[in-house]
Amino acid sequence: MPNSATAGGFLLILAIVLPVTGALLSLVLGGRHAERVALLVMPAGLVVAVAIASVVWRTHTVLEYSVGSWDPPLGVAFRADGLSVVMIVTAALLICGIGAFARAQFPTPRGQETRTSLVFWTLLLAVWGALNAVFIGGDLFKLYVALELLTFAAVPLVSLDGRAETLTAALRYLLFALFGSILYLLGAVLFYGAHGTLDIVLLSHRIHAGPVAWAAISLMTAGLLAKAALYPFHLWLPPAHAGAPAPASAILSGLVVKAPFFLVVRLWFDVMPRVPERAAAQMLGTLGAAAILFGSVVALRQARLKLLIAYSTVAQIGYLFLMFPLAVEPETGHQWNTAAWTGGVLQAISHAFAKAAMFMAAGLIAEALGHDRIAGLAGIGRALPITVFAFGLGGLSLMGLPPSGGFVAKAMLLTAAVAEGQWWWAVVVLTGGVLAGGYVFLVLARALADASEPLTLLSPISPSRQAVVVALALCAVLLGFIPLRPSELLQIGRPDIAIGGPR
Amino acid sequence: MGEATLYGLCGAALVGLGLFGLIVHPQPLRKILAFNLIGGGVFLLFGAIARRGAAAGFGGDPVPQALVITGIVVAFSATALAVALLLRLFQETGQATLHLDG
Repeated sequence: MPNSATAGGFLLILAIVLPVTGALLSLVLGGRHAERVALLVMPAGLVVAVAIASVVWRTHTVLEYSVGSWDPPLGVAFRADGLSVVMIVTAALLICGIGAFARAQFPTPRGQETRTSLVFWTLLLAVWGALNAVFIGGDLFKLYVALELLTFAAVPLVSLDGRAETLTAALRYLLFALFGSILYLLGAVLFYGAHGTLDIVLLSHRIHAGPVAWAAISLMTAGLLAKAALYPFHLWLPPAHAGAPAPASAILSGLVVKAPFFLVVRLWFDVMPRVPERAAAQMLGTLGAAAILFGSVVALRQARLKLLIAYSTVAQIGYLFLMFPLAVEPETGHQWNTAAWTGGVLQAISHAFAKAAMFMAAGLIAEALGHDRIAGLAGIGRALPITVFAFGLGGLSLMGLPPSGGFVAKAMLLTAAVAEGQWWWAVVVLTGGVLAGGYVFLVLARALADASEPLTLLSPISPSRQAVVVALALCAVLLGFIPLRPSELLQIGRPDIAIGGPR
Repeated sequence: MGEATLYGLCGAALVGLGLFGLIVHPQPLRKILAFNLIGGGVFLLFGAIARRGAAAGFGGDPVPQALVITGIVVAFSATALAVALLLRLFQETGQATLHLDG
């Protein structure tokens, strides 16, 4: 049936097939062509992502594609709702930006083929394909496979340089991820045993509150939290994200940790929309609050720039989980709940842009200075003004100062917290903002100070790479200009949440 | 107690053992083995569910069997990746622990 829905549905397949084909192709062609393949795939993938977004935006319906025209429960479905679209476009923009940035760091070798260049470009595309599969996967088992693919692509990125510390970090990351994925699988198995399907839409009709649903959802959520590095499962994140090369850190911190968060959202809002879960949502929020406070305080005490940024990721992940107690609130007015919903998602994407920019800025600074000790940053603001500016713009979003995506996200979370009388979350959001201000200021104050002796840069930093970093940081700032109200796009595919909200 | 229940309980026991091993043992290789033990338990549980035929109402539900095969492939790749990382770590440092001294 060649109607518009199927024609658009084909795009969903492209969003996965294109990067995966690219990854396989570069594996076959070898390191001398990997970069070229990636540079060909990236614009095409961006076009596909924008096309998916425009179709969903125009038709205002969920884009669906059933593989081989077999409908669930026999077949497997891909679905893109408003939330998926936002994440797909974010991923596409970030991957393209990171790719443009990484060209200087992982260039195509002239003579002998190098391992790191091949591995980086191949895995960049693999991560992209797996992310898209997570964002549009329509059943729990396919999501499991997508999540595993993402882990397998992300873990080697940590240990690209092959040093012992990064190998340990990668191994620890992998063990946490495996622990998470096996718990997720166990939960999915329980769901199948109880309801005979793993398709998210079918499951949401059949599910009812009971021991099975509770056991399954707790197992899956716990597993996903381990992968998302929410406090107290954050142990693996700082060494892994700080040890990786800058472009890889940007992917890991900006995008990869958002995938398990996205699945928790899927589970809680799509799979079980009608099962009351108030206490559990409060618990998720409490873990998020602990992550914000702990991550920010530890970030303040770091001596190395990349570790500081990594601990800041731990804190910013906490904000994402504040969305659960605020959006899952059956008693009070529905229109306020959408503010928390939009705020949470906006936090995910603005953090993605801001953190990617900050990691890459830190990478450039480390390249120029040969180290990333915060105490030794004096004078870098004069030597690399654009890079430090980009770092500051990213920091704006972390602190939640206007204009930035982080400001809009945190303002919406605050609005929701106040409106629902759950003022304690508002206190956490504000405290986290002040602490973030502290650690960003700490870096900027050192970077803008005058050096006691003239600074000599180890290697010149090309303006084009600095421009990419600024562009990504500007994306985070531009998100601050979207209207401060529940987003209509995010409501697509979510009829049970009323549209409307604070002016 | 039915056949499926017995297998289900065995699966649960394997998951419990594996979880214990994963948390208690500090050595990465033991953790990898424990992960495989949990995986075995989950797959056994899924097999028992297939036997119960929860979805279609007949003797053996084919869907879980297909999923178990996929799951085994995924778990195998995960193990391979973990062991490869561990071997590389051993080559670099001469020890296979997560806590490097010196």
